[in-house]
Amino acid sequence: MSDHTLKEMACQELVEVITDYLEGTLPEVDRMRFEAHLLGCPACHEYLEQMRTLIRLSRGLAARSLDTATVDSLLHAFRDWKDSQTGM
Amino acid sequence: MALTAEMRISDADLIHRLRGGDEDAFVWMVNTYGGSLRRLALAFVSVEAVADEVVQETWLAVITGISRFEGRSSVKTWLYKILANRARTRAIREKRTIAFSELDGATAPGEAAVDPARFLPADHPVNPGHWAGPPDQWSSSAEDKVVGREMLEVLRRGLDALPPAQRMVVSLRDVHGWPAAEVCEALALSEANQRVLLHRGRSRLRGVLEGYFAGNA
Repeated sequence: MSDHTLKEMACQELVEVITDYLEGTLPEVDRMRFEAHLLGCPACHEYLEQMRTLIRLSRGLAARSLDTATVDSLLHAFRDWKDSQTGM
Repeated sequence: MALTAEMRISDADLIHRLRGGDEDAFVWMVNTYGGSLRRLALAFVSVEAVADEVVQETWLAVITGISRFEGRSSVKTWLYKILANRARTRAIREKRTIAFSELDGATAPGEAAVDPARFLPADHPVNPGHWAGPPDQWSSSAEDKVVGREMLEVLRRGLDALPPAQRMVVSLRDVHGWPAAEVCEALALSEANQRVLLHRGRSRLRGVLEGYFAGNA
């Protein structure tokens, strides 16, 4: 166990556990190895920043509102339902 | 009170208004969830026209189901489940079924996040498993407004090209900002499988952006 604790995380391992790290599900020992590695590895630091950038940019892909014709036709169906509920 | 797109209302309030026939509430719901539903439908059936029909069918089912909604899940999850049922039925009918088994197979031995050739071999005397070809520096320039629009288009195409299960998870988590627990519930995924799919999808998309910046360097 102590061997595992002391074992330095390799870059190739870091890129595979990075999602667990960002999700906060990486076991404590591995989180410490992860952060220790980052301190001495600019390449992995950049890799982590790229993942964070990707996640931020992805929010920009959220679809815009629907066109008004679609909303209107749905609103029509909603009115019909409402009328049927009130027996009109 | 009139509702605008920017406002947030509770599920209980929304359902109460809908049952009372509040048209503003209905339009608010359609605008708030319509985009997500369409993207999710596309993940299931992949053909745009069919996806639009599935979304339309979903809204009609929602309208007739308002009085039966019991509030045991969130409205968002409820909408998603209706859509998923419609989309599955439709996908089977259209014989365009995507591999739903893929959702279960997430823990099968899979792809590396980064091409193994980018790392020093395991028997390297000094730095086994360390970068042989470190990533180029582009994370800061990615926020640049000038490259923004083109890059988002590249990202969108990358997302569309992901295997369906990865696309659905990345879409819900990173594009639509759903919490992990809700994605697990809606897609009937274990937490571990959800993370594996998210990891593989994000890793591929990072590679897509890397390729984009390498081409523009």
